[in-house]
Amino acid sequence: MPPQDIRTHDYDVVVIGAGGAGLRAAIEASAHKAKVALVCKSLLGKAHTVMAEGGVAAALANVMSEDNWRVHFRDTMRGGKMHNNWRMAQIHAQEAPDRVNELEAWGALFDRTPDGRINQRPFGGHTYSRLAHVGDRTGLEMIRVLQDKGVHSGIDVHMECTITRLFVVGGRIAGALGYFRETGRFVLFKTGAIVLATGGIGKAWQITSNSWEYTGDGHALAYEAGAELIDMEFVQFHPTGMVWPPSVRGILVTEGVRGEGGVLKNSKGERFMFRYMPDMFKGDFAETEAESDAWVKGERKKNRRPPELLTRDVVARAITKEIAEGRGSPHGGIYLDIASKQNPDYIKKKLPSMYHQFKELARVDITKDPMEIGPTTHYVMGGVKVDADTQESTVAGLYAAGEVGGGMHGANRLGGNSLSDLLVFGRRAGQYAASKRNAPGVIPDHDVENAIREVLQPFERDGENPFAVQSALQAVMQRNAGIIRDKSGLETALTELEKLKARARTVGVTGSREYNPGWHTAIDLHSLLIVAEATARAALERTESRGGHTRSDYPESTEQQAREQIVIKKEGDRMVVRREAQPPIPADLMTLIKEGK
Amino acid sequence: MASTERRTLRLFRGTRERGELKEYQVAAGEGMVVLDAVHAIQAEQAPDLAVRWNCKAGKCGSCSAEINGKPRLMCMTRMSDYAPDETITVTPMKAFPVIKDLVTDVSWNYEVNKRIPAFQPRKPDAPDGTWRMYQYEVERPQEFRKCIECFLCQDVCHVLRTHEKHDAFMGPAMLVRAAVYEMHPLDEADRRDHLRHEGGIGYCNITKCCTDVCPESITITDNAIIPLKERVVDVNYDPLAALWRKLTR
Repeated sequence: MPPQDIRTHDYDVVVIGAGGAGLRAAIEASAHKAKVALVCKSLLGKAHTVMAEGGVAAALANVMSEDNWRVHFRDTMRGGKMHNNWRMAQIHAQEAPDRVNELEAWGALFDRTPDGRINQRPFGGHTYSRLAHVGDRTGLEMIRVLQDKGVHSGIDVHMECTITRLFVVGGRIAGALGYFRETGRFVLFKTGAIVLATGGIGKAWQITSNSWEYTGDGHALAYEAGAELIDMEFVQFHPTGMVWPPSVRGILVTEGVRGEGGVLKNSKGERFMFRYMPDMFKGDFAETEAESDAWVKGERKKNRRPPELLTRDVVARAITKEIAEGRGSPHGGIYLDIASKQNPDYIKKKLPSMYHQFKELARVDITKDPMEIGPTTHYVMGGVKVDADTQESTVAGLYAAGEVGGGMHGANRLGGNSLSDLLVFGRRAGQYAASKRNAPGVIPDHDVENAIREVLQPFERDGENPFAVQSALQAVMQRNAGIIRDKSGLETALTELEKLKARARTVGVTGSREYNPGWHTAIDLHSLLIVAEATARAALERTESRGGHTRSDYPESTEQQAREQIVIKKEGDRMVVRREAQPPIPADLMTLIKEGK
Repeated sequence: MASTERRTLRLFRGTRERGELKEYQVAAGEGMVVLDAVHAIQAEQAPDLAVRWNCKAGKCGSCSAEINGKPRLMCMTRMSDYAPDETITVTPMKAFPVIKDLVTDVSWNYEVNKRIPAFQPRKPDAPDGTWRMYQYEVERPQEFRKCIECFLCQDVCHVLRTHEKHDAFMGPAMLVRAAVYEMHPLDEADRRDHLRHEGGIGYCNITKCCTDVCPESITITDNAIIPLKERVVDVNYDPLAALWRKLTR
């Protein structure tokens, strides 16, 4: 490879991914006087954070004064089915209010309470109204504010740049190789600190709310660099994605619809969620439609929340069961109805983009008719194993924040806890990456050359279309590693993935290196195959059902596996799976968790 | 139910230097949008076909293009909006340089945005460092924050599209961007000088084409640009001040 073909940059900190976590990390690293690069796969401001709708969870106690970090912590741990990294859940609950207020200082325009403070809405799994929001486009507001803060912080932004390899020298991060989509030219970042903020893995399934970017790049880069992944079996299937028409299948319908009073009904018109109350939450939710309606109307002191606001894992499983038992809608979903619960003006004001989305894409007026919805792949709780306080992975100098980090959400994430997660831990990752920075080791030339050669291989082959392999992979995961799993399905997935790995090694691309999506897809396949395999292996290893992981052959949760983590690591060319006990939850926090019962 | 029909699309294929419209046939199912058709072509017939997209739900503003000559988001344009025998022609945005196929170089917008003076809040209202704002106050700038940066308004604006005044005029999208902070209840910065000189707000002659193409239905001209123009005029051309100057000369 001629050296003139590659551009080289030196930075103190390189942040990969420019969603909320990446932007927040870059802003913080820059505030700590580091020279910072922010590298993103798309244009700046297009990351998945813009799709986040409902709100950001923080115990500001603006709407319900009873709220505080302890209740938020308890909700998070119970929502995560006690599998969370307790220290992360604690830091998150404690710091989220400051991070939200900080956004306001940077220009965010949250909806207001009558006394002029940040308004908060109820959401699944949260005891009190806790989600600061802007209608149903909270993520867009957040990313714009962070984007503007970022561009005035002296950060170098490298847009439409995909990182394909991390370099580790002497046990520490030393740099990263990437290519620019526009030109197909390579770029080498030399740095002693890298923050992964690449988001999730949802593109490994057919029905997904995730965009093309969500191919698990950060998970795969970390894995290849020798870092450990945890909790990869815990994938969140959001209960409400669009199901019709076919071209929009999977697109997210915000939980805010249920937060604003929307109810779930089967084809018989029955509000089935009353029948699906898990023991853990018995007594916390309304038991009659009358009680639920009164709560929606605002009488929240003496009435309990509607069962539609149970945690996402519970609701998604209930919907799946209703459909499987023949009570689904004509297009294989169930109904989400807000029209009968709120007036048209209120719906348009509180859920404007949902109104718009259904009107334009499905020709449904949600102020008059119910929506047809069904579960969609949404979020991965698992990710890079990090230190709770610093977000540093098991590889020195490599950090992970936001969805690519693991542990915070345990077996199931609560709605609204992702936007707060990326602020809290994005900031921490940026802070520690900048303050613990080290001069990077020298990356051997041949390592760079090999990494480049690997990425260019598809051009030298007259092989299979990479889109065909990607779509086969999605079908395998949808069929065998979806909401309900079992041993034989997961084993089939692993067998099929081996065949797909072989196919991926033979894909070919035509055309030039300039903006060539076929080539980009061929490169993404590498990451997709790693995260798909990690998910399937971890799911096979966990012989119980918990949160987002449901095994039809092991339908119960076992006490013994609650605090056991499935750890995945690369050893040689093998993906090795092992179990590890998490540190016990300290007694004072355990008391907090039990208090609400 | 899912009736499938053959549809003909013509897509621009090429680069800045040379290119042509190429015809493709696709099977169009119920509810299909133009972006789906482009993706089907990419997956089955032309893997190197360049197109930007992310959310596929009208929220990220990545898939902007011109469909039968009109600036639109491909993900929010249904195939059924066009007659079954009508050929659908998709070309890249005209106001920006083509990179390849349907992808244009929109980096200019990011440069312009960088130069808009930053948000400067007033001192916090409460001892805990927070502010008090009412819903009616935040609603005005919230309208501008709906902007998804699709740049379709920049594409349709004749100052940029026809006259190519990119060096003198920031364009409607960036005026909307400035309007967020100008009309922000907490902001204390003064952007009028920037808007007048570097931003070239005077170039806008309020033909409202930008408002017409906005997929977020932001009333760009009436709610953002005209009030900004008034602010700039007030400071520079206030008739009472002019009269006062005359009388006191």
